[in-house]
Amino acid sequence: MTELPQSTERSLGLVIDLDTCVGCHACVISCKGWNTENYGVPLSDIDAYGGDPHGTFLNRVHAYEVQPRDGGPAQTVHFPKSCLHCEDAPCVTVCPTGASYKRVEDGIVLVNEDACMGCGLCAWACPYGARELDQLAGVMKKCTLCVDRIYNENLPEEDRIPSCVRTCPAGARHFGDLSDPESDVSKLVAERGGMDLMPEQGTRPVNKYLPPRPRDREDTIDILAPFLDPVIEEPTGFLGWLDKALGAVSGANTDKKGAS
Amino acid sequence: MHPAPSVILFSTLSGMGFGLLAWLGIAQPAVFGTTAFGYYFLAYALAVGGLLASTFHLGNAKNAIKAFSQWKTSWLSREAWISVLALIVMGLYASGEIFLNTSYVLLGYLGAALSLTTVFTTSMIYAQLKTVPRWNHPTTTLLFLLYAVSGGALLSGHATLAAVLLLLTGAVQLFSWGMADGRFAARGSTIETATGLGFMGKVRQFEPPHTGTNYLLHEMVYVVGRKHARTLRVLAIVAGSIVPALLIATWRTSLVVLALAAVVHLLGLLAQRWLFFAEAEHVVGLYYDKR
Repeated sequence: MTELPQSTERSLGLVIDLDTCVGCHACVISCKGWNTENYGVPLSDIDAYGGDPHGTFLNRVHAYEVQPRDGGPAQTVHFPKSCLHCEDAPCVTVCPTGASYKRVEDGIVLVNEDACMGCGLCAWACPYGARELDQLAGVMKKCTLCVDRIYNENLPEEDRIPSCVRTCPAGARHFGDLSDPESDVSKLVAERGGMDLMPEQGTRPVNKYLPPRPRDREDTIDILAPFLDPVIEEPTGFLGWLDKALGAVSGANTDKKGAS
Repeated sequence: MHPAPSVILFSTLSGMGFGLLAWLGIAQPAVFGTTAFGYYFLAYALAVGGLLASTFHLGNAKNAIKAFSQWKTSWLSREAWISVLALIVMGLYASGEIFLNTSYVLLGYLGAALSLTTVFTTSMIYAQLKTVPRWNHPTTTLLFLLYAVSGGALLSGHATLAAVLLLLTGAVQLFSWGMADGRFAARGSTIETATGLGFMGKVRQFEPPHTGTNYLLHEMVYVVGRKHARTLRVLAIVAGSIVPALLIATWRTSLVVLALAAVVHLLGLLAQRWLFFAEAEHVVGLYYDKR
């Protein structure tokens, strides 16, 4: 049933560190790889080697530039985005077939592809663009939080985390139970001021984003910078003569005199 | 939002069809025998044709029957139930009028109520979406109902009443556009709230996450053709309301004029419904720095 559970026993989710993410897209690729070979239908690509390639992804990395309001240098922020496994998931309640559901035991939002009719209403209801209708299979695809890894006893213990978290070379992605205040992810969120995306939509996302730390602001670019100033402002000797001679021909010297 | 032809046809045709059924249900006009057959044939062709058109945008239509299961939470599921109930009840009522020359009055009123409730559930599929501020308002429902009732009045040959309802619909439409244009901004979702980076400064997209397109952009970030919005709004009002109202108010008894007015109204309605989708901006566009 597409009624949301009153509460879930755990709230498994991701904590994504925007300070650490380098925008390498490794999580995108590992997600595509794992989820094409495992849970549900493959994530298809259309015109993969042609002029207009596009396909289904459960995780995408945006990049934004933030310009501080008081001037100063702009900052680039890499921004991975996937399903936030919301507590109040609007994608679940709109589903007419019962294909979408939120699990009571761990809070994961899943699609039962055998029941999905591909109407796309859940994708309309999601503010985050976390659901994509596979263009070949015609069923809705979304992040499963690698439900087929995290409980999979056939995998070594260190691999029982979502593929994106396992693969991230920068350590920007963390996985855990966000309903447990003593979990590592909850502590991280408390310490770093983890935030919700589009809180005004009232979806109460489980996934949290750690904001980028403030950058150092110095008036001088580097203490060694003054030593890099040009030693000779005006050329002397042969170069000086050449400069004057060429200037006389082109008339640049008159300009310089006028300016000085 | 992507103005998919299947969804535009569905909502316009079925709206008119259920609107006509509602008028027939309250015996306005009371018709019997072959005349009744003609009216009901038209109403069912529009309503059922529209519902069938809606299945063309399904990615996996073989599971469509499961859409009846989630009526507790899903407006789409409720629409499935109510539309089928309306068609069954009105079918029984119609059989009485066509074959037995009898109007089962209570059945008719029930059928009329179910027909309008179908239109109401259709409108709620759109009006419930917080992610599309332009739709997320009671005027969406009001307009769907008004278009159904006025279109139904036109098809059922209520000359004066239809003219008044058509003009009223046009007026509410104009008022509704005025209200809806600022709603996205008023709801307060920006690229800053979408990314949570507003505390650092002004955010803009530096690089999109993919070089090609994707389902999200195709389905929910439809920006093509909005420059014609003004022209289409004029067309929607002139063809949707003013011209058909004038036609039927002037030549109130001519069947040819009635048919012409209905066709012109449908043209305006199609323009209105195209705009309904094309002008609707989904908040996911904020992540792509475009709406």
